[in-house]
Amino acid sequence: MTTDEPLVIDIAELRMRYGANDVLCDVDLQAKQGEVLCLLGPNGAGKSTTVEILEGFRARSAGHVRVLGIDPARADERWRARVGIVLQSWRDHGRWRVRELLAHLGAYYSEYSTQRISRPWDVDELLATVGLTSQAGQKIKFLSGGQRRRLDVAIGIVGRPELLFLDEPTAGLDPQARREFHDLARRLAAEQETTILLTTHDLPEAEKLADRIAILANGRILAHGTTAQLIEHLAAEGEVHWKRSGRAFGTTTRDTTGLARQLFEQYGAEIEELEVRRPSLEDAYLALVNGGGES
Amino acid sequence: MRGTTATLRLARARGLLELRQTLTNPADIWNHCFWPTLMLVTLYFLQAHTFEHTGLALGALALPSILGMNASMAIVTMSQQLTADREDGTLLRAKALPQGMRVYLMSKVISVTGGLLIDLAILLIPGVLLISGLSLGDPAAWLKLGWVLALGLLATLPAGAVLGSVFTSARSQGLLTLPILGLIGISGIFYPITALPGWVQGAAQAFPIYWMGLGMRSALLPVSAQGIEIDGSWRHWETFGVLSVWAIAGMALAPIVLKRMARRESGSRLSARREKALRRTA
Repeated sequence: MTTDEPLVIDIAELRMRYGANDVLCDVDLQAKQGEVLCLLGPNGAGKSTTVEILEGFRARSAGHVRVLGIDPARADERWRARVGIVLQSWRDHGRWRVRELLAHLGAYYSEYSTQRISRPWDVDELLATVGLTSQAGQKIKFLSGGQRRRLDVAIGIVGRPELLFLDEPTAGLDPQARREFHDLARRLAAEQETTILLTTHDLPEAEKLADRIAILANGRILAHGTTAQLIEHLAAEGEVHWKRSGRAFGTTTRDTTGLARQLFEQYGAEIEELEVRRPSLEDAYLALVNGGGES
Repeated sequence: MRGTTATLRLARARGLLELRQTLTNPADIWNHCFWPTLMLVTLYFLQAHTFEHTGLALGALALPSILGMNASMAIVTMSQQLTADREDGTLLRAKALPQGMRVYLMSKVISVTGGLLIDLAILLIPGVLLISGLSLGDPAAWLKLGWVLALGLLATLPAGAVLGSVFTSARSQGLLTLPILGLIGISGIFYPITALPGWVQGAAQAFPIYWMGLGMRSALLPVSAQGIEIDGSWRHWETFGVLSVWAIAGMALAPIVLKRMARRESGSRLSARREKALRRTA
């Protein structure tokens, strides 16, 4: 990857104002090709607004926005064909059969193939990829919640998008399906170089999938970086628990490894049942969002 | 243009698929057949009755009128489907696809028109066999039926799309039912309009229902039947005029209203609507 490669998402000083209210204020955000960028934040932080501006579904008040090199507010159908959106579905297309719908929606993309990307995704291959092969002939209204969600994902990627928007992708999925979805998302990013913008409330999911994370609260980006950078930057504390001479001890610290080393140096074999939990993204996130709320 | 033919092909595929879905689904088949059957039975028994002293059978008068009424209901079908599709996210999906909105709207025109033609056939074919007093031998009759139907659809489909963009929920669509029933009541469908007071006749003539009923009667009834119409005439020019005004107004307005509606569609709007709807059903 060369450094002068154009950014897939490039936002600078994005501002969104309703009346006298700033919903988004000076938001800066970048994503490179093949990168998974996660937008985290409490409800009402401005995540949906940001994503909808990037999707071309909402006009912004001010600022510079380029998605795949084009301003989404002025984008054409060719641009639309390069972008995939996994929507939170409800009950649309209930009478359609799974394979029938995917084949139909895929056909919209067939004239937008490029030398590098052949569109759309082969339907049977796609059904196998999302694990819906045995439901191919089923009517959509009879799918379970989890199957419906897989179909949403399939619809989002049927056009082999260069940029994929995932909004709460695993809400309502069981752990097995969630794991499969995570594998699929990573495969899309790694093998197809699909750039992914993920919004989620599931912090372990963000930690697992995202290359970089941006935390949005009250319409501002509070922090931005890799998971490790965020934890480092936010001075989140990990937990250490141990037993010595039958008594239980526990404490929180930024330097969990250092504390463990010190314990062994001081007490050696007296230390039993040592348990170290490094600071997680959740700790960092809560520290930031709570801290931001109090100040 | 390559893009346009692709869009048309997709719209046709989508429209025909949706049409087929309504014909292979027991609930929809019931909907297609229930009212026509009921009406045919009623018309069959109305045959013995004549209108005043004209000697015209009420059954024969009402069959073409009902055809006209059904055809003008394209306005309601279009409007309801648009609202329902917006509420359940079909429209947002269309918006996320290249050429999706265009394909969606064209496919709706195809599926609504197709469904309507099927409904008309379900009523007309047995009607012709059961009801006497219709004049169908003349090819001119079918030609008239053709242009009234075609112009009627041009008048009602865009207007229906406009209405569908205005109503935001299936519930508010319900508000339409009462005025439409009232309009049917005064449009000379089940009884000749000349039996009604003058001001009511005037109101009915502003809407397509009356004119489509009249147009159908002019196509399917013998010439002598025009005696009981307003001015004792089929008034072809007036029919053409009023339906054309509706068609032109609808086609001028629909793109503006539809564009505005499509622009406002987004995931957060959809989920807000979904939550509202779920609260209601809970």
